Amino acid sequence: MSSRAQPADPVAAAVAHAFRDERAIVLATLIRQAGDFQLAEDAVQDAFEAAVTQWRRDGIPANPGAWITTIARRRAIDRLRRNRSITDRAERLAELTRLGTDQEPSVDDESTIVDDRLRLIFTCCHPALDMSARVALTLRALGGLTTGEIARAFLVAEPTMGKRIVRAKRKIADAGIPYRVPADEELPDRLRGVLRVVYLIFNEGYAAAEGDSLVREELCDEAIRLGDLLCRLMPDDAEAWGLSALMLLHDARRAARVDAGGRYVALEAQDRSLWNQDRIRDGLAKLDRAVRLRRPGEYQLQAAITALQMQAPDEQSTDWAQIAELYGALVALNPSPVVELNRAVAVGLASGPEAGLEVLEPLLGEPGLERYQPLHAAHAELLSRAGDAAGAAGAYDRAIALTANAVERAELERRMGALG
Amino acid sequence: MSQYMLLVYEEEVEAAEQAEREKVTLALVELHRSLRDAGLLVGVRRLRSTESATSVRVRDGHTEIVDGPFAVTKERLAGYYVLECADLDEAIKQAERMPMADWATIEVRPVMPAAEWVNTARQAGVDVPDKAVEDLA
Repeated sequence: MSSRAQPADPVAAAVAHAFRDERAIVLATLIRQAGDFQLAEDAVQDAFEAAVTQWRRDGIPANPGAWITTIARRRAIDRLRRNRSITDRAERLAELTRLGTDQEPSVDDESTIVDDRLRLIFTCCHPALDMSARVALTLRALGGLTTGEIARAFLVAEPTMGKRIVRAKRKIADAGIPYRVPADEELPDRLRGVLRVVYLIFNEGYAAAEGDSLVREELCDEAIRLGDLLCRLMPDDAEAWGLSALMLLHDARRAARVDAGGRYVALEAQDRSLWNQDRIRDGLAKLDRAVRLRRPGEYQLQAAITALQMQAPDEQSTDWAQIAELYGALVALNPSPVVELNRAVAVGLASGPEAGLEVLEPLLGEPGLERYQPLHAAHAELLSRAGDAAGAAGAYDRAIALTANAVERAELERRMGALG
Repeated sequence: MSQYMLLVYEEEVEAAEQAEREKVTLALVELHRSLRDAGLLVGVRRLRSTESATSVRVRDGHTEIVDGPFAVTKERLAGYYVLECADLDEAIKQAERMPMADWATIEVRPVMPAAEWVNTARQAGVDVPDKAVEDLA
C-alpha cells in the first residue's frame, strides 16, 4: 500500500491518503515518545491495519491523523508492556500513558512536528549506518514505501531488503544512534550527508536503465518530495534548495530523455515540447531562492548549469561562457576530472576549439580516464572543429572502440565519416 | 602486581548456537565474583555484536565514519577505553579527539549493560538470579 494505490472504496482511499500524508509525522513523533524505532514502526503499522477494519465499521473519523496517532500510541503501550528487553521500559510506559490521558488536542504544535521529522531524517541518514541502509530506511520511514517496493527499486530480493532494514533499526537501538537534530558544529556535515542520500535516491530512479520504470519514477518522485520537505524544514540552507531545484530540472525532462524505442536522447536532441513546464518553473523558483541565500554549493552550481542549458532555445544560443565559469566553480569546490571534461566542452563552445583543447588535453594523461569514452569523443569533436582531421580520426577511433551502445557508435561513425 | 588485559575473541554464531553459549552465564557469575573477592578484577565488560559496531578515523583532518567493525589487517590492538557517553554521536566525538585517530582506526562498540546480559541469558532459558547483575559486570 502506498500513494500509488488507486482504491475503489472511500475507506481504502481514506486509509491510503492518511498513509501518504500522516504516516511519517505520526511515526516521527512516536519514535521519540516510545524511544524505539522498531516498536514505533510496528505500532504505526498496527494502527493502519486497525483503520482498515474500524473505519469500515464506524465510519471515517473527522481527523484521520489524530485517530492514527491515538491508536498507534495505544498499540505502542501494548507492545511495550509485552517487550521486556527494552531497558528503560518503565519510563517509556509512564510517558506514553501520560500522553494518552492528556485531554486530546493531541495535535503537537508545529515546531515539535518539524523537529520530530528532522530527527527522523538525521537518524535514518546517520553516517554510522551503511549507505544502502540509509537509503532504504529513509525511503521506508519518510517516503512511506513498503519494503517490497524498495526491494524492487533496487533490484534485490524482498527478504534481503527486509533484513537490511531490520539490521539498520537494530543498530540504531544497540549502538545508541541518537534521535535528535545534530549539534550546530556537526550540522553542516550531517546535512550534506542527508542531501547525498536524497540525491542518491533520485539518481537511482533517474540514471539507471534497468528495472521497472514505474518503480523508478516513484523513486524520483519520493526524492523530490524529500527535497521539498528538507527545504521546508531547513529554509536557510541554500544547498537544500539547490538540490531540490536540480532534481526538479532533471525530472522535467524525464519524458523527453528516452525515445519511442527506449533509447537515451541527449539534451540538445530532445523534443522540448515534452518537458514538464510546471517542474521547470518550480525548479527555477527554488534555484532563485537558493542563490539569494548567497552560500554557493555543488547542487546549486549543477542546477544553475542545467537551468542555463534548458532556458536557451538551442545549443547555439546557450550561454556557454557562463556555463564554463560555473563548471570552473564546481571543479574548485570538488576537483573531479569528469567535471573538468565538462568544463573543457563548455570552454570549447564559448571560446573556440583551441581554448577547449587547452583544458581537455591535460586530462588525456589521467589514468582513471583512459577508457572513458566521453573524453575521447569530446577530444575528437574539438580536434575536428580546430581543423585537425587526422587527429580527430584517431580520437574517434578510440571513442568508437570504447562504445558498447549501438546508437552511440553509429553517431560517432557518422561524425568520423564526415571529417574532411 | 601488574595489570593484564585479557581479550576474548570469538566467532559470532547463529542465534541457536548463541543461546547454547549463554549457558556459561552462571559460571561467569561465579568466576567474576571470585576474581573480585580476590581483588584481581579491575573491570569486565561484555560487548554487543559487531553488527552494532562503528569505525572512526581521522585522515587529513577529516573524520571518516564507517558502519561495521574494524577489518583486521596488519594493525594490532594497542589499547582500549571504556567511556560513559550519552549516545553514539558523543562516543564518535571522543574517538575523533584521540590523537591516534590520525593513524589508527578506533572501533566504537556498545557495551552490553549487565541487566541486558541477564535478560539475554534468561531468554536463552538460563535461570539467572537477579543479584547476578552485580557480579557479571
